[in-house]
Amino acid sequence: MSDKRLGTQTIKLENPPSIVATASIVGPKEGQGPLKLYFDEIIEDELWGEKSWEKAESKLMRETLAKILSKAGKSPGEINYIIAGDLLNQCIAANFGLRESEIPFLGIFGACSTIGEAMGIGAMLIDGGFADHVVSITSSHFCSAEKQFRFPLELGSQRPPTAQWTVTGAGGVLLSKQGTGPYITHVTIGKIVDLGIKDSNNMGAAMAPAAADTILRHFKDTGLSPDSYDLILTGDLGSLGKRICAEMLEAQGYPILDHYNDCGLMIFDREKQDPHSGGSGCGCSATAFAGFVYAEMTKGSLKNVLFVPTGALLSPTSTQQGESIPCIAHAVSISTSISS
Amino acid sequence: MQKNFTKEDYRKYVEQISPKSKVLRNVVRAFIIGGLICIVGQFITNLLTALGLKKDELSSITTIIMIFLGAILTGLNIYDELGRYAGAGSIVPITGFANSIVSPAMEFKSEGYVTGVGAKMFVIAGPVIVYGVAASVVVGILYYLIK
Repeated sequence: MSDKRLGTQTIKLENPPSIVATASIVGPKEGQGPLKLYFDEIIEDELWGEKSWEKAESKLMRETLAKILSKAGKSPGEINYIIAGDLLNQCIAANFGLRESEIPFLGIFGACSTIGEAMGIGAMLIDGGFADHVVSITSSHFCSAEKQFRFPLELGSQRPPTAQWTVTGAGGVLLSKQGTGPYITHVTIGKIVDLGIKDSNNMGAAMAPAAADTILRHFKDTGLSPDSYDLILTGDLGSLGKRICAEMLEAQGYPILDHYNDCGLMIFDREKQDPHSGGSGCGCSATAFAGFVYAEMTKGSLKNVLFVPTGALLSPTSTQQGESIPCIAHAVSISTSISS
Repeated sequence: MQKNFTKEDYRKYVEQISPKSKVLRNVVRAFIIGGLICIVGQFITNLLTALGLKKDELSSITTIIMIFLGAILTGLNIYDELGRYAGAGSIVPITGFANSIVSPAMEFKSEGYVTGVGAKMFVIAGPVIVYGVAASVVVGILYYLIK
């Protein structure tokens, strides 16, 4: 077995890559939420001067990449790979948003877990000696996601309380071989988990078992415990999914509630902004990480974070055919120090 | 909570802890808003009667005006807010039917007038029309046989 592997699903990075820069751009609703001060830019309207929501989402991706590069003082030629994905069919936000980037491109799809997958692959590429600088970036857009997965925006319909609100925003990170941290120390790649939930308006309940499975695997593989982390942060489970995930882990002997939060619950004010069960989408975890988590880690108020973006791997066709929702979560362990 | 779930156990557990829609509140809101929409319709009918329209013209013209209002309110981004509040109260009246056609037409305009607006306009209303027509055929045959 490779000496970089721990247990069955975890990788311990021998030379942990450093997160040297992040950027996030969000929509107007996110810009009124509790994390508003952490974002680099808040767009004024959801079309952002474009003719369609899909084009606006591509622009979010493109402008976020530009911000990452300018913050890090890098030119596109210095970046070895860009790993990106989004929710739209054929990942068009990433493919079109990054087509002029002139950077070798790896398009991936992990639904809302994409940022975790992208950071994990990027960290492995760097630790494996295949790259010095990698950008991992994802986006989602409320309007383009509603159009693809649900109903037209102007249709007068009600959502059940378990439904979630797709975040409009793009977030990304630049990972480098050299840097002063925070560092990616471990990556636990999740398995597809499907406990039979069919209701696409209850993604939190569908995804929670996948998150719990990956977090449990991470603890078992690494020997770490919930107390090893200041913050365990799932992607977009919402209030119901968060509760289920915590209860599942507690039943396995890993009580996480003291250190646990969910990006979907942080990004909107549930009382005032009515996102029902919470935020969701690739941009939810990506912007919360690139904005809030990175800022707090560089300030030093968070030292060890287990970032677990979660994804529901469904399509409108699978939902119409009555399929249940396969889900996934990837855990990325990030630390401000690499002494351990 | 148990350690390992079967799909059946998990479904039951999720059903038990999922927050439920507030049925009573939604019904009351649907009743009030749905009722108000009908009052507007009645007001228009009365107005048209006062203008001297005949009975068979009345219902067609009232319907046309209500559809127009539903379409306008959809275009002004108001009907979706109304629907979020009123639920079935604004879906069931004919204004809701207009909303269900105008909203996808607006949504898919970015894909052009043929493959976008034209093709997608009836994605929501289409099934209603198909099964509405089919049901009326069945009822028509039954009526013919029973009569």
